[in-house]
Amino acid sequence: MNRILKTTAIAAAVIGVAGVAQARDQVRIVGSSTVYPFASYVAEEFGATTEFSTPVIESTGSGGGIKLFCAGVGEGTPDITNASRRMKPSELETCEANGVTDITEAFIGYDGIAFAQSADNEPMDVTREQLFLALAAKVPVDGELVDNPYQNWSDVDASLPDRKIAVYGPPTTSGTRDAFGELVMEAASEEFDAYGGEGYTDVRADGAFIDAGENDNLIVQRLAENKDAFGIFGYSFLEENADSLIGSNVDGVAPTPEAIGSGEYPVSRSLFFYVKNQHAEDVPAMNEYATLFMSEQMIGDIGYLKGIGLIPAPEDVRAEARAAVEGHEKLAAADLGE
Amino acid sequence: MRQSFDDISAQLRARHRKSARLKWTSMGALGLAVLFLVLFFADMTIKGLPAFQQAQIQVEVDYSEQASQLPLAAVNEDMRRLVSRGYLRLIPGRMQNNPELLGTTTTEWVLADGQVDQYLKGHHSRLSDSEKAVVDRLQEEGRAELRFNTTFFTSGDSKMPELAGIASAAMGTVFTLIVTLAVAFPIGVMTAVYLEEFAPDNRFTQIIEININNLAAIPSILFGLLGLAIFINFFGVPRSSPVVGGLTLALMTLPVIIIATRTALRSVPDSIRHAAFGVGCSRWQVVRDHVLPLALPGIMTGSIIGLAQAMGETAPLIIVGMVAFIPDVTNSFTEAATVLPAQIFTWAGEPDRAFIEKTSGGILVLLAILVTLNASAVVLRKKFERRW
Repeated sequence: MNRILKTTAIAAAVIGVAGVAQARDQVRIVGSSTVYPFASYVAEEFGATTEFSTPVIESTGSGGGIKLFCAGVGEGTPDITNASRRMKPSELETCEANGVTDITEAFIGYDGIAFAQSADNEPMDVTREQLFLALAAKVPVDGELVDNPYQNWSDVDASLPDRKIAVYGPPTTSGTRDAFGELVMEAASEEFDAYGGEGYTDVRADGAFIDAGENDNLIVQRLAENKDAFGIFGYSFLEENADSLIGSNVDGVAPTPEAIGSGEYPVSRSLFFYVKNQHAEDVPAMNEYATLFMSEQMIGDIGYLKGIGLIPAPEDVRAEARAAVEGHEKLAAADLGE
Repeated sequence: MRQSFDDISAQLRARHRKSARLKWTSMGALGLAVLFLVLFFADMTIKGLPAFQQAQIQVEVDYSEQASQLPLAAVNEDMRRLVSRGYLRLIPGRMQNNPELLGTTTTEWVLADGQVDQYLKGHHSRLSDSEKAVVDRLQEEGRAELRFNTTFFTSGDSKMPELAGIASAAMGTVFTLIVTLAVAFPIGVMTAVYLEEFAPDNRFTQIIEININNLAAIPSILFGLLGLAIFINFFGVPRSSPVVGGLTLALMTLPVIIIATRTALRSVPDSIRHAAFGVGCSRWQVVRDHVLPLALPGIMTGSIIGLAQAMGETAPLIIVGMVAFIPDVTNSFTEAATVLPAQIFTWAGEPDRAFIEKTSGGILVLLAILVTLNASAVVLRKKFERRW
């Protein structure tokens, strides 16, 4: 009997200890899965070269991260959230309503979205209109919106090869899909009168677009098996698998670091992280981490992050972004536009 | 109606054929299952075994004044990209702690960069042709070789594949399972004892029983949502900590332990209870001194299997924040931690191809532990089982 009582007492003690929140010296970071590889690289460097412990980073997606970040101020909430898009004005409002009123935005660079296939194939260049017509759920035919009738790429445009349309892409929860929807689908749909000038992002569900899950490696593997298919994923995966994949030129521009950094490659996006300045006193490591992240050795032209797929911004833009972080500039709704 | 002898023997043959067919299809099903298992293990082993080896190279380290500021300067120029950055970045700190190193030059075996490692293993690497030539030369001179990868077992996660290891995830798993066991075992066993030995058989206990059986079949992600709502948001348990993960997994393991314990208690024959009552034992004495000890092997087996199941679980832990990047080895119940399956999940998403072998290596370790746990459950059962 004693043994059983003892075990129960220990269990109760464990629950008791858990109830008391502990002071922490560890920075807590959440957010985008696209920024995650870069942030965790900086975090590891930070932990190894300073006396602070390594920040904890969770990959929750941009939207999920901002939701946690904006939940309030205090030890239970994250200090920094990563985002593969800018914070929306509505999200900033939520933040402010919950007492998170002093946020600094840090712009770290760019990431491109690649449209690629197995290297055994002939390269195929596409335009955003062609991609849209191949993948939209409803397309205009003679001015009427009908269910997408195109089966082969040559149906979309006679100049494209006679290959079946099959595209592996990320699911709707992914930031990559958001960016693809905005930069390709929405941008292209505005060119067609049939949508009344409104952005149209619905992707066809008849099997031509295949939802391949959050893991970009899976898409890469499937392209090796299914040589007819294309894939949509982050540029760093194209770079890492340059021996087995070829990226398509989009609107005549090849997916190269230079073209993505200059904005010439149309499917590129900006990456950010947001710092909760109200935590600066309780979590001293937070600003040190932000400073290291913004340093030339990380996001610069020959920085470490470039080696793992980040596309650096031009020098003056970097300097400006760095100054904003150093000065703890407060993010206002006016900065976010719209 | 009369049947001729031929009719009967034809019927018999047909029935024998049917039973032979059933035998062959069931054997085929088993064979197919074994085949899949063998394929899976072979694939994992082939991909994962290289993870237990790691390239090291011998370089001259020059502890100059310059190296204390810029660690890259410590090694020869053509070797800079071949040495792991994880080694180089520690040089300034080491020189600060050991001032006598300044001005000396030593020849050391150091961890090679992950790309060198991949090249030596014959995998795709991003080394340039000139770098490959240097590695080839080093290998001929015996200054580059694959050695047993201790880093894999002693360090936590890393962005650099050559530094990535399972230690922090393994410790996280240990802490999490301690919490799970400490919570689920006593509560589960006591619940089962009450239901089996004390509770009257009425509508109320029947409803509880049905609910417990249903709980065992609930998708585990729902327990994660429950853990988030109750433990983190209501009780304020620190996110990502082994405590919250352990409590969440305890919820999941409870029904398994309760059901296993009840079965074990039920298998203790009533004659034992009657005999104990007969010599004047109270109900509590009967349970404590006679029923529980006899049922213990069954209870242990059920608990170990429940724990093994909890150990392989990732879905509920995503929700409570345990799927995270944790390079430091965890050493408390309330610090952020990750667990083995979560570590494997994280590695599977890494762009760097050197992580493919880490992923498979992690799976091999996890499988080895699970097999050990399940085998010990079988051994316990065989050793202490009593037939009545």
